[in-house]
Amino acid sequence: METSKAAKGAQGSGAGLGNTVREFARFIIGELKPKGKMMTPFNVITGIIIAVGIVLIAIRFYKGLGSVTNLSQDYPWGIWIGFDVITGVAFAGGAYVLTFVVHILKFEKYEPIVRATVLNGFLAYVFYAGALLLDLGRPWNVVNPIIGNSFGLSSVLFLVAWHFLLYMICEFLEFSPAVAEWLHWKKARKIVQGLTTGAVIFGITLSTLHQSGLGALFLLAPSKIHPLWYSGNIPVLFFVSSIFAGLSMVIIESTFTHKVFHDRMDAKHRASHDEILLGLAKGCVGALFAYLFLKAIDLVHGHHWDLLATPMGYWYLFEVFGFVVLPIILFVKALKMRSVKLVQFTAFLTAIGIIINRLNFSVIAFKWYAPVRYYPSWAEIWVTLAVISMELWVFRWVVNRMNVFSEYREEKEELPKKAEVLKWKTTAM
Amino acid sequence: MSLNRRDFLKIAGAAGACLAGGKAGKANAAAAVGGGKEFYGMLIDTTKCIGCRACEEACNQKNKLAEPEVSFSSESVFEKKREPTPEAYTVVNKFANEKEPDKPVFVRKQCYHCNQPACASACLVKALEKTKDGPVIYNKDRCMGCRYCMIACPFDIPKYEYNTPFPYVKKCQFCFDRVKNGEQPACAEACPEGATLFGKKRDLVDIARQRVYQNPDKYVHYIYGEHEVGGTGWLYLSSVPFEKIGFRTDLGTTPYPEHTSGFLYGVPLVFVLWPSLLIGLNYLTNGKNGKEDNHGDK
Repeated sequence: METSKAAKGAQGSGAGLGNTVREFARFIIGELKPKGKMMTPFNVITGIIIAVGIVLIAIRFYKGLGSVTNLSQDYPWGIWIGFDVITGVAFAGGAYVLTFVVHILKFEKYEPIVRATVLNGFLAYVFYAGALLLDLGRPWNVVNPIIGNSFGLSSVLFLVAWHFLLYMICEFLEFSPAVAEWLHWKKARKIVQGLTTGAVIFGITLSTLHQSGLGALFLLAPSKIHPLWYSGNIPVLFFVSSIFAGLSMVIIESTFTHKVFHDRMDAKHRASHDEILLGLAKGCVGALFAYLFLKAIDLVHGHHWDLLATPMGYWYLFEVFGFVVLPIILFVKALKMRSVKLVQFTAFLTAIGIIINRLNFSVIAFKWYAPVRYYPSWAEIWVTLAVISMELWVFRWVVNRMNVFSEYREEKEELPKKAEVLKWKTTAM
Repeated sequence: MSLNRRDFLKIAGAAGACLAGGKAGKANAAAAVGGGKEFYGMLIDTTKCIGCRACEEACNQKNKLAEPEVSFSSESVFEKKREPTPEAYTVVNKFANEKEPDKPVFVRKQCYHCNQPACASACLVKALEKTKDGPVIYNKDRCMGCRYCMIACPFDIPKYEYNTPFPYVKKCQFCFDRVKNGEQPACAEACPEGATLFGKKRDLVDIARQRVYQNPDKYVHYIYGEHEVGGTGWLYLSSVPFEKIGFRTDLGTTPYPEHTSGFLYGVPLVFVLWPSLLIGLNYLTNGKNGKEDNHGDK
């Protein structure tokens, strides 16, 4: 009797487990399907970009880097490194800054945007740092520094590689409560929620080191980077600039998401939007000021005043005045006027400045003396756009399914199914 | 040969002691070089070079590189300045001689095998390595193709194969297989004029100084590579200023790895300080918003 009961019980639970797995699979398959209208202008344009991009990537792997890029013996790093990886990671800096502000300093005001920022940061690492694989000559060997058949401990790049990997795990942990909510895994949610503070602390430490580490990479090129840019402080400059790079990216990104995902946000989020952006602008001003002072110290210590009156010197002044000094003035003005529009515009300006700055180190002020200069091929730009498009697709997929812009409520079983928001405007690119 | 147990133990003990000694030596080996072993180097006397390109040909054959488009006996290659390529690890260039216009200066260019190479310190998988004998060699199976070595090298020596799906970094390896066996590199062996001289770096510096001392009017009083970027394995003598024959004279004497060592020393500091400060801050701000326990869980 007893044994048969036990057997029945086992059978029952076995069937239950089978059902759960089947249900889970059905849920995942259902969620994988696109929601809403397919043929929007945004989808068509990015779809074409991605499709052609994949063809270009295939050619690159079939024929070698030279077939699609303008890389040369003089310029081993082009925009796939200088823009995708180095600039992309700077823009992803918003995640560690905001988690510091919200989880460590406990400014609850910014809580509504933390998840979106962390998600963006995580995806930025996956896609933009992932774009590194396209640029590596033998990408299958990328595991070598991790599995340790030879640790290049004296290499800054070794440090950066490890930190990328570990930081991606941290960011995933920080975002994982949203994944658990989506899957209705209440217990798992509790566990990962408990890990958040630890992941945040570890993540900030890793970010400090690899944001500055990306700058430290260029310390090894003192004879190749223009003296106005080269200094022993490059790591500090990269770290400080990643703060306002990240924050302005958060401003830009929430400008778009606020419009596009309006329906996915709860009332509280929508109401506090303007206040949040103004607050972020204050953070930007602080970091920009610190950066400007560092730049000034470098200029004074560098003793290269004479070089300011050369074409590269004008370019340097253009970068510093147009994209550091001017943003400071505009942000301060915007804060005085409480103008969200001006904050958003200035954030754009700051972001362009970061792109220029990072490209200066990797491409423009790098070997400024070379007779044949590097400029990206159309294919390099196209693949970059394809990577960005893919990231946007995944971001949208996640936002439309998980609680990214709304607060989690334990009692609530499911979010009310609202009209799906897929009307990406073409401007939302 | 027969070994009894006693002898075996003796040998084993001695070997163990050697190993331990070797390790202890390594700790302060930066200056003394691999436990007292001296680096090999080359002395290139550009006043002796006649531009015959025998070194190029020997290098090509030794490394089984592709047949060049222009034959090694043709002088047409001197029309423009060449850089080493993935198919030519060493190249000879011709420069005008202001002192004696009818005697142009020929200069070889290839890897200088730095004492403390930037490329090796840049490499995150130790694909590029400074050997105890002196050659900076490339372990191709470890390389992932990030090309950071190319960014780092002050002489722009590592070259990349951009037009193959399975590319490698290419550069002069100082014929390390020959050097290891006590033979001189192929180019030095092929040089008919003794313009490329192989030997221990310390001896080569002495020879170079002697030549300058004995012919003070012939040579520029400078040995290129003696102190550049912390010293290179290959040294150059010249009759005209080095900046006139394609050398960068603005590289300084700081070994390149030192440019990043400050940052790398800072890493453990941040790893210790940041988490402790952040944990402290986290406790400090707990309850800031009127709640006692705040794990970001609302």
